[in-house]
Amino acid sequence: MSVAFSELRQKADSEWQTLTAGDRPWVRVGLGASGAAAGAEEIYAALTEALGSEATVSFVGSMGLCYAEPIVDVQMPGGARVFYANLGADEAVEIVGGHIKSGRANADRVFAWHGDEQPEGLDAATRLYDLPTMRPQTRLATRLCGDIDPSDMSQYIANGGYQALDHALEDMDPAAVLDEVKNSGLRGRGGAAFPTGVKWGFLAPNPAPVKYVLCNAEEGDPGAFNDKGILESCPHTLLEGLILAGYATNSSNGFIFIRQGHALPIESSRKAVQDAYAAGLLGQNILGSEFSYDVEVALTGDSYVAGEETALMEAIEGKRAMPRYRPPFPAAVGLWGKPSNINNVKTLAYAPAIIRDGAEAFKQVGNESTSGTAILCITGAVNRPGMYEVAMGSLTVRQAVEEIAGGIRDGKKMKLYQAGGPLFGPIGEEGFDSPIDFDSIAKTTGSLGSGGLIIGDEDVCAVDLTRNLMSFNQFESCGKCFPCRLGMTHMVETLERISQNDGREDDLALMERMGSSMRMGSLCGHGQLGYNPVASALKYFEADFRSHIDDKKCPTGACGDGRMLTPTHTRP
Amino acid sequence: MSDGTPPAGDELPSGDDLRTRSRTALRSQQQPTVTVLSSLLAVQDELHYIPDEAIEETATHVKATINDVWSVASFYTNFRFTPPGEHTIDVCWGPSCHLNGAQDVIERVHAELGVDGEGETADGKLTLRYSTCLGACALAPVIAVDHHMKGRMSPDSAAAVVVELKGA
Repeated sequence: MSVAFSELRQKADSEWQTLTAGDRPWVRVGLGASGAAAGAEEIYAALTEALGSEATVSFVGSMGLCYAEPIVDVQMPGGARVFYANLGADEAVEIVGGHIKSGRANADRVFAWHGDEQPEGLDAATRLYDLPTMRPQTRLATRLCGDIDPSDMSQYIANGGYQALDHALEDMDPAAVLDEVKNSGLRGRGGAAFPTGVKWGFLAPNPAPVKYVLCNAEEGDPGAFNDKGILESCPHTLLEGLILAGYATNSSNGFIFIRQGHALPIESSRKAVQDAYAAGLLGQNILGSEFSYDVEVALTGDSYVAGEETALMEAIEGKRAMPRYRPPFPAAVGLWGKPSNINNVKTLAYAPAIIRDGAEAFKQVGNESTSGTAILCITGAVNRPGMYEVAMGSLTVRQAVEEIAGGIRDGKKMKLYQAGGPLFGPIGEEGFDSPIDFDSIAKTTGSLGSGGLIIGDEDVCAVDLTRNLMSFNQFESCGKCFPCRLGMTHMVETLERISQNDGREDDLALMERMGSSMRMGSLCGHGQLGYNPVASALKYFEADFRSHIDDKKCPTGACGDGRMLTPTHTRP
Repeated sequence: MSDGTPPAGDELPSGDDLRTRSRTALRSQQQPTVTVLSSLLAVQDELHYIPDEAIEETATHVKATINDVWSVASFYTNFRFTPPGEHTIDVCWGPSCHLNGAQDVIERVHAELGVDGEGETADGKLTLRYSTCLGACALAPVIAVDHHMKGRMSPDSAAAVVVELKGA
């Protein structure tokens, strides 16, 4: 351990000791996007006012148990954490206040507990990691999400944070870090699943003095919130990964690229970068080593295509987020013409675990096809929507929906799932038994993508969902390639017509022809994959289309009797 | 959509005032990398829209042409060129929200606001925007009031939010 790091560690450990076993209880309020949407900010304000100096009240990130938000937990000094879920602001004050005053948990309202010793009176309560939503998880990248205050770097360090970086800088040369990542079998989690070590290997040997590692946190896929989840709950995991990537590839600068408007992940990343500089974990001679590295948070405006790696570089340069021609590839000519690598948040967030515990330990998790975990965002018609990190291949889609997400709401039947972002379509019953890993899902018409799983029940019409996805794709076409720009527009018009029972027999063939022009004539995946949602919907749910075209009626009534309400904006 | 005429009854800031505030916003950027896009984002943060004066000031600040700045400003869909209402309501129409009843929520919000799409209410006080994803998909359907998210919405609870805003 370097001298510099051991000092940070000592200070962090003593602060953690005071928080968890000092003279005051510690109350943690879960605040991620879902916590905020469920009212966590109001709860925090109410608790801070009501408890005053009786307890330390902190925001922590989200554990991913969104169905139970808002979640608050109380830890009496040296004791276990006792969780309360689905709280309103008034009852939070009553329940948490009562717990703190009496020192006894409110057994009727306890959601779960976590610690070494079962708190008194909670014989019937569930251990946190025995919850059906926690037991199947293997938390590597989200290990500390919901446990620590994301704005307090010391809490990350006290829980094993930056150990991997210190170890790398003290005991490993860049090539050894690169080898470790190569050997771990880590594949990119943005959706393309390209081997990360190979990608870093393209950049590492380039002798240029200025080289960039760009972290893509744009996350425009509707239904996916795991990148933002990591950033708002444990930004230092990403930052440590980004620094390790910089070291392994001999790079000089890193960027974290986020869409404007997502206040929590932006604030939390900025604070993390600022604190890391102050502690000597960024800047010149990191932790006293020879390695120097700068990181900056760059914001983008609203544009889905800005998440495409070459468009992302255009956006950081301040231009319209339109894709570039390749070659040259970014590892040769990237941001401002300098060699660059682009990695997803989740990909980088695994790096600390790989370096700290070794490539072999990482490979023990997951299956032969993909090592490590999938961070799922399960949403739609399920009982327990949330963010769950499971070992790759450890569950099928059906098992994830039934066992983790608690099945379909109101006892209904699952009709479809949609994964991989809006450029992939709905998948039916035949695909429910795919193990959740990149290669298994890719054998269907789908993609695991970045981990969003949107579940539809029997009331969903595939035509309706497809027109929703295609409206998104049309709205978000950057306009550079006309087959994408015009193809998307015509495709949405055609789907609107079909959904309003005005479809024609040749509409299906027409969309297929447009799709093939888009595939051949578009520069990036947005246009190339543009026909995917329709192709997938037709493969599994042709009957829904036939009902609209032949029988002139929606099979479920979901399509309604009007145009879908979506923006009409086009990019000039 | 707004036709660009300013809302009635409100004092609009003068051109000089907009210029000064744009400059302050442009100069207040803390990050090392300052670009056309970062500058426009900084201005919109301060003024909540991009007036013509800000386009000119941005061009001067980053040494770009007015055309360059317009090209970027017109690309990203978050930029707007007329003043928004006092409060902005975002309604999400992404697929997670869609499957959980977002269209009914949006229709009800339309009815409460007396609008039939994005834009300002007749009195110019409230702005409605459609969002592709607000990031709290597990609490769908989601809306946001001045960036504060509210999840698990129903048409009735969304209507209540709008009614409260109208009274505010």
